[in-house]
Amino acid sequence: MNVGLVIAIACAGALLGIAAGYWLPPHGRVPARNQPSGTRRILLPFTGEAISRRSFEAAVRLAKAEDATIMPAFLAQVPMNLPLETPLPVQCARGMPLLEAIEQRATSQGVPVDSRVGRGRSARDALRKLIEQEHFDRIIVSADEDPRVGLSYEDLRWMLDRVPAEIMILRPAPQDTRRISTEAVRGHF
Amino acid sequence: MVAADRTPGRLKVFIGMAAGVGKTYRMLLEGHAEQEAGRDVVIGLLETHGRDETARVAEGLPIIARRRVRYRETVLEEMDLPAILARAPELCLIDELAHTNVPGTEHAKRHEDIEAVLAAGIDVLSTLNVQHLESLNDHITELSGVRVRETIPDAILARADEVVLIDLTPEALIERLRAGKIYRSDRIDAALNNFFKIENLSALREVALRQVAEEVGAKRLTTELMGSRQESLAADAPHAVGERLLALVEPYPGAQRLVRRAWRSAQRLGAGLDLLWVRPPGKELSDDEHRSLAALRQLASVLGARMIEDESDDLTAEIVEVAQRRGSTYILIGRSRPARGLARLRVPLPQRLMQRLPGVDVRIVADRSHRSNGESGEAI
Repeated sequence: MNVGLVIAIACAGALLGIAAGYWLPPHGRVPARNQPSGTRRILLPFTGEAISRRSFEAAVRLAKAEDATIMPAFLAQVPMNLPLETPLPVQCARGMPLLEAIEQRATSQGVPVDSRVGRGRSARDALRKLIEQEHFDRIIVSADEDPRVGLSYEDLRWMLDRVPAEIMILRPAPQDTRRISTEAVRGHF
Repeated sequence: MVAADRTPGRLKVFIGMAAGVGKTYRMLLEGHAEQEAGRDVVIGLLETHGRDETARVAEGLPIIARRRVRYRETVLEEMDLPAILARAPELCLIDELAHTNVPGTEHAKRHEDIEAVLAAGIDVLSTLNVQHLESLNDHITELSGVRVRETIPDAILARADEVVLIDLTPEALIERLRAGKIYRSDRIDAALNNFFKIENLSALREVALRQVAEEVGAKRLTTELMGSRQESLAADAPHAVGERLLALVEPYPGAQRLVRRAWRSAQRLGAGLDLLWVRPPGKELSDDEHRSLAALRQLASVLGARMIEDESDDLTAEIVEVAQRRGSTYILIGRSRPARGLARLRVPLPQRLMQRLPGVDVRIVADRSHRSNGESGEAI
């Protein structure tokens, strides 16, 4: 066989190999992390140390059905005597573990999560600022009089009046006290 | 006023978590000790706040009388800086470093007066509560609910030759308050109901202890590195003995988790946290990336972390430069995207960083969401 032809075939094979190596993702690795643009988003706002288990489960079910991303959002409240840009380490010590817990649970069920932190003079103010900056298709909140768990009834009324998105307000049965709290974080955090 | 070749005086600061821990008392005792050792010691400014034991321990030390300053139809008393400079003692005791002067005096702030005294070759002892430090003010306000308006730049404390923490347990401090050793009897209840709560004082005590630990570490390092005193007092010297974390981020949703974990680690270590995104030159961001970047900036701001965004096509060199500039002791990175093509032949980023940053820990943050999921941990 012509030596030149052999060399040419070998070079072409090598080039094809390099090209395939460049374009194909390696085995056993996760694919590229980017979410496709235009993904539906479900906002799951919270203010305290726990969220209702029902709200979380509803968000997961909807996200799976609609191939949507859950956006848990911790709403931090800045006291009036501090600048709005003030770091809030004490509140974050409560909110960050819960964000972590929600993210761990949702992603382990195959639902993508994109967390947010909102900051305002009140929970409502923080939520308003967040909604101004981001687009959401749905908002899921729990109606609970315990301020550690959710937004107040006044906040919910305000949302229904003002927020241009589908809003799902869940009020668990009185005996259903299951919550996801900061204690749900698995492993070292 | 000051000879250019005069050796500046030495500054020693007594720092405490709150009023009443005994900073002024300790400063006066040290003034007495120096006087007995034969030095010329004067009190430039003393605030006894009506405390008898403080006034008693000041006896025997010469005091430079305050001057009267007229401000808006009111006559107020202030430290007499010109009189101190004219008297030129060897050591001057000046209480309350963070005080704001009456308009119309030489300087707006007392720490500026102290700079002038030091520049005249006079040693200074002074006092400071930790909440007056600018960088800690917001943090302490959030902890205690009380806003302190008189603050000083942290560089003033960094400039001190010696920092002494006056420590007292919160219980002992409250006992002193109840015994009327800090405030008059008519102010005790209000103090107990507001600032002087066990949880406030415990948090402040922790902040004060950490602050002094960082100061001691930074001074030891800068002295070893720089040698001369002037150089060692550079305000922007990296505090490399204190821990400092650098988390490498990119604008994608998973970066938030990395930042949260880095922040928790920084909290446990009492360390500062920087976030670094190295943007490839000319890179156009998608809408999703823009949103993720805005979310990262917001998260950094809420957590009190510093977000650094640099443009470079040499990722490793940029990280090394930032880590050295910021005095980072830990670098946290997330799970790498799979390498493609010839990039698979390159040494992975963590190894490159470990080679070029000896002594800096490199930590790869695991994605725990992919671990097996149990139902434990649900709070009922």
